[in-house]
Formats: sequence, C-alpha cells, structure tokens
Amino acid sequence: MPDTLALESEDIRKTFGHFTALAGVTLTVKRGEFLAVFGRNGAGKTTFLKIAATLVRHTHGKLRVEGIDIREEPEKARRHIGFLSHNTYLYRDLSPVENLRFFSRLYGIPDSEERIMALLDRVGLRRRAADPVRAFSRGLHQRLGIARVMLHDPSVIMLDEPYTGLDANAVEILNQILDQAAAAGKTIILTSHDLEQGLRAASRAVVIDRGKIVFEGSPKDSAIRDAYAAYIRVGVAR
Amino acid sequence: MKPVTAIIFKDIVIEMRSKESVSSMLMFGVLVLTIFSFAFEPSSIDRSLIAPGILWVAFSFAAILGLNRSLAMEIDNDCLQGLLLAPLDRGDLYLGKVASNFTFMMIAELIVLPIFVIFNNLKFNLQFLEIAGVAVLGTLAIAAIGSILSTISANTRMKEVMLPVLQIPLTVPVVIASVEATSMVLSGETKGISSWLYLLAGFSIVYLIVSYLVFEFVVEE
Repeated sequence: MPDTLALESEDIRKTFGHFTALAGVTLTVKRGEFLAVFGRNGAGKTTFLKIAATLVRHTHGKLRVEGIDIREEPEKARRHIGFLSHNTYLYRDLSPVENLRFFSRLYGIPDSEERIMALLDRVGLRRRAADPVRAFSRGLHQRLGIARVMLHDPSVIMLDEPYTGLDANAVEILNQILDQAAAAGKTIILTSHDLEQGLRAASRAVVIDRGKIVFEGSPKDSAIRDAYAAYIRVGVAR
Repeated sequence: MKPVTAIIFKDIVIEMRSKESVSSMLMFGVLVLTIFSFAFEPSSIDRSLIAPGILWVAFSFAAILGLNRSLAMEIDNDCLQGLLLAPLDRGDLYLGKVASNFTFMMIAELIVLPIFVIFNNLKFNLQFLEIAGVAVLGTLAIAAIGSILSTISANTRMKEVMLPVLQIPLTVPVVIASVEATSMVLSGETKGISSWLYLLAGFSIVYLIVSYLVFEFVVEE
C-alpha cells in the first residue's frame, strides 16, 4: 500500500445470512482527502464505514487503515480512527467531562484534562461541562459526540450521517470542525443523504448502490448530481 | 489494567447516580428471604436444610436483575459500540464488565447476608465469614458467565427474556456447588467442603478464560 493512502479496501464483501450488504467495494482514500459517500437507505454506506471502523467483521476482502490491516491488527488500526454515527455512544448519566475522561482512559491519553477542556470549548459545551448528558438536546449530544471522536486526535475521521437531526447552529459547528480537521491534513470520510451538505467540503464523491460503488468522481463534476438523481432519487421512486 | 479500572470506575459513578442496579438486586434479595421465612414455619423443619437454597435463589436471581441493568446501560445510545471503538483487546472490556458486575452483586449480597443471618437465627461469627467466602466464589462464577451472556442477549430481540433463559441453565452447577458449600458451613460439617469450593473456583476460571477469548466474536456483528 503506498504510504499516501489513508484507507484502502479491496473487494470488501459483507453478507448477513442471505442478505448481501456489500457486494465487493474497492476504494482508496488518500491522506488528507475529504470523501463524501452517498447512497439511499440500505445501499451499504453504514456497513462499509462500520467495517472500516472495525465494528463489523467483513466476509471477504482486505481493508487497511493507514497501512494497517484491520483484521490482523484491529487495536492498532483503531488508534487512527475516529467514528461518529447517528448514535453518539455517550453515557447519559455522566457529564460531558466524565464521558470524555472515561474515553481518554480507554484510549490511554496522558494528561487529558487540558485536551478535554479545549475540545469542550471547540464544540461550545464548556459551560455545560458538568451537566448530565441526559439533559442534552440532539444537537448538543452530537456536538459532544464530535468531541469524543476528536479526543484521541485520529488521522482518519469517519462520519455516518452526522447532520441527521442537527439544528443550523450545530451544523455550523460541525462544519467548522470538519474544515479545521481537513485543513490539518486529516482524512475525512462522510456519508450523507444530503447532496449539498455532503459535497460542501468534499474533494471526492462516491455513490454506493446495492453494496457496490456505482459512481466515483469530483464534487465539481455535474455527473455526481446525475448519479445522485439516478441512484438515490430514483431509488426513492422505486 | 487501566481500561478495566476505567470501566469499573465509570459503572460505579453511573450506579451512584442512578442507584438502579444494587437497589433492585437488594430489594429482590430481601423480598425472597422475607417470603421464604414466612412460608416455612421456623420450628417445623431444620432450617439448615432449606436456608442455603433460599439464599442462593435470592443471590442468583437478583444477579440477573443486576446483569440486565448493566446490559441496559451499554445498549442505551449504543454505548457498547463506543467501547468497541477503543484500541483495546476486547477481552479487557469483558474483564471490566465482569469486575463491575461482580462488585455490584457483592455489595447487594453483603447487605442481604446479615438479613439472612437474622431470619435464620444464626450468629455473626466465623460461620458468617465462611458463607461470605462461598458467596464470593459463587458470585464470581455467576458474574463471569452472566457478563458474556448479557452481551450475547443484547443482540437478540427479547433481551431481558433471553438473559435468564441462557443464564439459569449455565449457572445450575455453580448454584448447586454454592448451596452444598453453604449447607456444610451451616451444619458445621465442613469435611469435604473443599471439593465444592474447588468446583466453584474451577467454574469461575473456565468461564473467565473461555469468555475472555470468545468475547471478540460475541460483540462483532
């Protein structure tokens, strides 16, 4: 694997019983690239991201993150991965500080207090640092989820439908953080239903349909809009 | 050991806030002891024959309540997935959950045990400590198997029902060994108790090792 690649998947397949979720995804993502992944519900976007994040075991193929085979050295690969989904994986009975402190212990981050406070500042939650997460709105939850993802300073950030349920303010904060991460050279892989949001900062876009990549191209290329219309809007009509 | 202690500490903080796990186990344990003490006339039978069984019914069923709560905590907001994203051997996550489940079960049992002593006209002497020792071994085995079974049942549709269905048959040998050892302590005839204690220790070790090794496959979709 060339050392400029952050993610490389070769013929990744995943079946759940008789259902084929991924039918052979071959994809490379360069370091520092911002990849937007589009697809209708059930197309395989989430399954692919979960496989890449080592949450789901693939049935066939090879996948490397930062040159590390996720099947051979999953723990090592996870050090480079930050994963945010619709669920934020935060404990509702703990405060933001307690949640981040817990995850920093799991990730073995030394002297994490300063970093936790800086992250809470970044996501605008410093004043709510001691409140239980239970009392947070969906937008605040997702902001704290972003802080969790950034806690161990991952080089590959994977976001599965991160804009779902966010208000305009939370979208703005998420966009700022993603822009900063992209400027810092992080690799970002984002799945979305929303073409405009997804393409906003993307440097490349792919469309997945029925577990396969059916389009790959530049977000500036009008073909992405045609592909979106063909595979996602038509998918809705079907 | 850092991730293990982090999980224990996190679970203790959550338990101190919610007070759901220990309190439900405690309520159930006390209720079982109370009902059975009314059901059996104190003078009509030798209490040492039935008391160990009553105690372990209370402990083993209360443990299921605690394990269900522990499971609910990790399912809520998909927190288990957050744990799985950490760069750790997944067996360490299992050990962390065993340790916290064991801690909560022991806290509840150490409160229930004096009530058991009072209801059965026993004395707070060495016998009490010996029963506590048996409880430690039995509870460790229950926590070891219960922690992995609660994770397995988390991926099923009827989570709360599935856990006891899986747990009860697999803990039968542990409960039998615990009842026998407790019975020997209560009757004062402890000759041969070591075989039951070895059995309990053996089950704990086997459950811990096997579960540690297979936990990775249990949690992956």
